[in-house]
Amino acid sequence: MMPTKNGFTNFIAGSAVPIIFILISAAAIPLSGFSATYLVQELLIRIGRNSFLILSLLIPIMAGMGLNFGMVLGAMAGQIGLIFVSDWSIVGIPGIVLAMIIGTPVAVALGFLCGSVLNRAKGQEMVTSYILGFFINGVYQLVVLYFMGWLIPIGNPTLVLSRGYGIRNAVSLMGMRTILDKLIPLEIGPLSIGAFHMDAVTIPAATYLVIAVFCFFILWFRRTKLGQDMRAIGQDRVVADSAGIPVDRTRVIAIVISTVLACYGQVIYLQNMGTLNTYNSHDQAGMFSIAALLIGGASVSRAGIGNVFLGVVLFHLMFIVAPMAGKNLMGQAQIGEYFRVFVSYGIIALALVLHAWKRHRDRMEVRGALRDSQKTGKGAE
Amino acid sequence: MPETPLLKLENIGKDYFGTRVLSGVSFSLNKGEILGLVGENGAGKSTLMNILFGMPVIAGTGGYEGSIIIDGQKTEFKSPFDALEAGVGMVHQEFSLIPGFTAAENILLNREELNRSPLEQIFSERVSTLNRPVMNARASKAIKTLGVDIGVDTIASEMPVGYKQFVEIAREIDRTATRLLVLDEPTAVLTETESRILLDALRKLAEGGIAIVFISHRLHEIIELCDKLVVLRDGKVVREAPAKTSSLREIAAWMVGRQVDSRSGARRPEPRSPELEDLALSVENLWVDMPGETVRDVSFTVRKGEIFGIGGLAGQGKLGIPNGVMGLFPAGGKVTLFGKPVKLGAPRGALDSGMAFVSEDRRGVGLLLSERIDWNITFTAMQVQNRFLKPLLGGFLLLRDDAAIAREAQSYIESLEIKCTGPGQRAVELSGGNQQKICLAKAFVLRPGLLLICEPTRGIDVGAKELVLNTLRHHNEEYGTTIVVTSSELEELRSVCDRVAIVGEGRIAGILPASSPAEEFAILMMGKTGQKQGSGSDVH
Repeated sequence: MMPTKNGFTNFIAGSAVPIIFILISAAAIPLSGFSATYLVQELLIRIGRNSFLILSLLIPIMAGMGLNFGMVLGAMAGQIGLIFVSDWSIVGIPGIVLAMIIGTPVAVALGFLCGSVLNRAKGQEMVTSYILGFFINGVYQLVVLYFMGWLIPIGNPTLVLSRGYGIRNAVSLMGMRTILDKLIPLEIGPLSIGAFHMDAVTIPAATYLVIAVFCFFILWFRRTKLGQDMRAIGQDRVVADSAGIPVDRTRVIAIVISTVLACYGQVIYLQNMGTLNTYNSHDQAGMFSIAALLIGGASVSRAGIGNVFLGVVLFHLMFIVAPMAGKNLMGQAQIGEYFRVFVSYGIIALALVLHAWKRHRDRMEVRGALRDSQKTGKGAE
Repeated sequence: MPETPLLKLENIGKDYFGTRVLSGVSFSLNKGEILGLVGENGAGKSTLMNILFGMPVIAGTGGYEGSIIIDGQKTEFKSPFDALEAGVGMVHQEFSLIPGFTAAENILLNREELNRSPLEQIFSERVSTLNRPVMNARASKAIKTLGVDIGVDTIASEMPVGYKQFVEIAREIDRTATRLLVLDEPTAVLTETESRILLDALRKLAEGGIAIVFISHRLHEIIELCDKLVVLRDGKVVREAPAKTSSLREIAAWMVGRQVDSRSGARRPEPRSPELEDLALSVENLWVDMPGETVRDVSFTVRKGEIFGIGGLAGQGKLGIPNGVMGLFPAGGKVTLFGKPVKLGAPRGALDSGMAFVSEDRRGVGLLLSERIDWNITFTAMQVQNRFLKPLLGGFLLLRDDAAIAREAQSYIESLEIKCTGPGQRAVELSGGNQQKICLAKAFVLRPGLLLICEPTRGIDVGAKELVLNTLRHHNEEYGTTIVVTSSELEELRSVCDRVAIVGEGRIAGILPASSPAEEFAILMMGKTGQKQGSGSDVH
């Protein structure tokens, strides 16, 4: 029935973004002059560092709430956990776990708040959660910059600003740095396949294990009643409501899960980085995660685990090679940094336009069907 | 009958903010019986079903009178879920399927079979996974009961329209508790063959002991399927009769049987004058994609100086015709006005070609609610015809000519008897009838060659109605304006028009002179299936 031309157009329209990025990377890799070993090692690290954050976006998309810009709320919760753990000088795996445990109730509370607000702004979830992120950022700054060390006791003087209260701009997480990544040492290579040669690279196996567990969680979650309800709500809220599915409650649950997972994701991200930029780290977590997911071929209404990994590889491949390619091409490394911010915003804008365009096209198709049925209707008489 | 009826309605009544929509409705329904409920738009069918199904809108507007008795027990449903609990299933006019779900997922929506897991002790049963094989088996059993062959894995959005209807019914059947099934216009979207399968399926269900309330405008289906029928008119049961022995014509007469002749005096004298032979508007193969009022294929012609009526039931597409011709919704086909083709999809082009439009959506499309009356009246003329403007700097700038605007508005306020404090009052502060008069004035100011009016008397009181209709007649006679009136009120069309077209399912069911008997119109409106669609040409 489905004409193949239409199927092909759909495929191109659906995968336009990943295809563009594959082409850009293919051009930029030789220009950058990086070795295969370096690229593979960098990618392996970045996949471990970022995947968890991006995966946290999947569940709200399933529930029809679009891209959860509100995930920065979870990131802030994770950072609050890390600040406390650093204050108490708990290091290693216990530190990471404790930071997650402290962050969880904060993330649940923020997620509940975010979900409740979004229930009052149905249909405008993305812009609402984006602005809510800015608002909560203000609250976060109030707490971290003014309350900590004053209302909230912080014992460790290296954390506190010299004026006596407020957390310093940078918090060192040396005691936790790459602890999870190196928990299970794993090295592969060297590897030679034809012209391709790669020296030994290390794999952050434990982090990958955590990510794998998370992926299985999502696969399982989709098969649960709750997951089914979220899919129903995502596709038609009114019908789901009239079938007795508690729509508002389910939407709040979706956002709470996403926020808590973003909290864990941020802790994993920062343990790899080894430094917490108290007032900046969470800022771009949302933007870059969303950009990566979209580059992986996801849309505002449809995203899967495959999109996450394709996206994280393509996005970060470009991150790695773009500055060097820019330097070799134009003599300036900054062009790459410029490029990555430019691309992040551009890709999000593109995804939103594509989403609107696709909705419009679907409507046109329905309209076409209307005329067709008129013709067949005539034929039947 | 000796057995207790499954459903018994006693003296059901309801008013919405002082307007009585139902009074003293009583009937009963036994196990396995099929009852046909017929009536014109606004006869009270939907309200009655909303009461029966416990829709929140009823409780929110002051509840209802009388009692619903199920199995001899008086019941009152607080919400649709109470009704479902008691075994009342309802299939609505609009589809309520999740587009990306399979037939099985839709049939078992929110009643999924679950694999029990220990996690549900900690959280809730919502963390249990779905048991797909059992779900598919249950769904296919429900589908089989209907006697159709739909794969349980078919995605709803890829199904033909007819299948969707069957899936919805299967959903109600799967509820083991369902004993009473209410179907609101289930065949409206089905093809002839699909309708036939559906009617057979319903008969089978009734044999199994389920009682059915079948609402349809296709009277021949009622006669064919139902055991008895109840005719509602103006909120009252006017007739309860065995369906098999009633004729189409009888039922139609019961439905519209008002004192038709009392108003015949108001009807226009027969049109006359040789220039009437000229065509004003000709519409060929028009389709319009107006949500809820889809026009599929419509052709008709209107002569110069004529008042042409477009009638039909709600949702059949009558409103889509003028809206499509005006270019307010995506449309296609060929429209010619005074010999010149009209470009569809461009309201400005339609206005430039000499059409004026009074929308059925008075407050949304018709008026700038928060602006002054005089601006409302002259706004379109200013925009389209550059009138009420005075040039400044040799025409480089155009300024609003407030004095001329006020003068014009005042003249219309007087001639249309608009009740207001003056031309400066804001439109939002006026009553519905006076707002409608402003909409008319706004159209008249354009001095249109063709005036399209939708629902001219909707939501306005009786006195104002008469005035609005007289204004139309007057304008038509004095200026020779060709008028196309679209209205749900047949009597209104018959009193003001020369000819009336009845629209059904997005097509013209027939065009009759306004003086034809009301039953003729009713039959066109109800179920004309089987007979060839009248195109405009055969009635000229």
